Amino acid sequence: MDLLAFGNTGWGDELFFATLMTVAVSISAMVIGFCFALIFTPLKLSKNKFLNFIGNSYTTIIRGVPELLVIYLLFFGGSGAVMYVASIFGYNKYIEINAFITGSFAIGIISGAYSTEVFRGAILSIDKGQFEASKVLGLKKHVHFFKVIMPQMLRLAIPNLSNVWQITLKDTSLISVTGLVEIMRQSYIAAGSTRDPLFFYSFAAVLYLLLTFLSMKLINKLETKYRRGY
Amino acid sequence: MDLDLMISSFPKLLNATLVTLKLLSLSLIFGLILGLFFAILRLNKNIFLNKFSYFYSYVFRGTPLLVQIFIIYFGLGQIEFLRSSFLWIILKEPYWCAIIAFSLNTGAYTSEILRSAFETIDKGFLEAGDSLGVSKKIIFYKIQIPIAIRQSLPAYGNEIILMLKGTSLASTVTLMDLTGVAKYIISTTFKPIEVFIVAGGIYLFMTFIIHNVIKFLEKKYSYK
Repeated sequence: MDLLAFGNTGWGDELFFATLMTVAVSISAMVIGFCFALIFTPLKLSKNKFLNFIGNSYTTIIRGVPELLVIYLLFFGGSGAVMYVASIFGYNKYIEINAFITGSFAIGIISGAYSTEVFRGAILSIDKGQFEASKVLGLKKHVHFFKVIMPQMLRLAIPNLSNVWQITLKDTSLISVTGLVEIMRQSYIAAGSTRDPLFFYSFAAVLYLLLTFLSMKLINKLETKYRRGY
Repeated sequence: MDLDLMISSFPKLLNATLVTLKLLSLSLIFGLILGLFFAILRLNKNIFLNKFSYFYSYVFRGTPLLVQIFIIYFGLGQIEFLRSSFLWIILKEPYWCAIIAFSLNTGAYTSEILRSAFETIDKGFLEAGDSLGVSKKIIFYKIQIPIAIRQSLPAYGNEIILMLKGTSLASTVTLMDLTGVAKYIISTTFKPIEVFIVAGGIYLFMTFIIHNVIKFLEKKYSYK
């Protein structure tokens, strides 16, 4: 237990902050994923063949290529791409992107592909009458989307989104390869300096289990809230 | 775009694909055995066995695969008694550690898939077998298993693709699989996009084939 003491003698406080970091990366990846899903879901549902192709390529490629490969692409290619864009605007100095931003962006792209599939499925399973009714009533496009489609879509999507959240949470362990100090990286550091990998990696597993357990409880509450009236 | 690099790295990456495929097939075979075993335990009425199987699948599905590999590869070597036993011959090899971790991981998911397949088998089939005087053993092998396989094919296909992506983690324990070699080429040439296109293309090709094989099997075994 000494190993987990808070303060300078143990790894308790480091692991605590690392856990917060994991949660922070997961949440921002999830939000970035939603932004991607918001762009690509309409593309996937569009009748235009070209737009449809773009939407399908995104989900097929990201879901068919290992997460680690996507992370390496962004980790090694990210600052190069940003520097290239910056050089167009006449800024030629070296830019290093923060590991947190690269990490949440990489995981966000991955979680976005899963979210896109979930939203697409949810929209497709909304009763056609709802679309027709709001058209007949002459609702404006944004009212139609935000007041009619979105609430129904969310109810249908939440159970599957909880799966996406679990996947995202577990995927954040992969960005430890970029050096961001989340649970996995902190355990790696602690294991290296105490020569007790079994304890620290097992403890990391317990932390992840705790996170998945707590988030399941929270999502179940949300689910009952959105299922009111059904 | 550096076409030369893409062409010259292709054979290296293709070679590494063999490692990936070996890891994938071995862990799928072991995982299927484990999954079947734990699915049967889960359907058992004995509370202890039932809870044990539930705990196994909960732990392995609730933690990242990376943690599982690290515990097995870095962690188990710490136990003195394992180091001196014959198991050490296996556990000192990163290759086998990765396969053990992958098998346990995919076994947990497979057990859930099979369990739900067993649970959704129409009771009428079992009752029909019973009333025809078929023995319990034959009901299990000739009725329950074939139907469960058919039911679980779509979900299992997904699991195979997830596992294919999972094998990329073998590169974190020094194995040179497709992702490992891709990372090596990226870090020596600093051309991430080109390497990503080639390596990602190989992965996508494999996913495509798995997807279509499963689709074919689904059609073949559908009873309509």
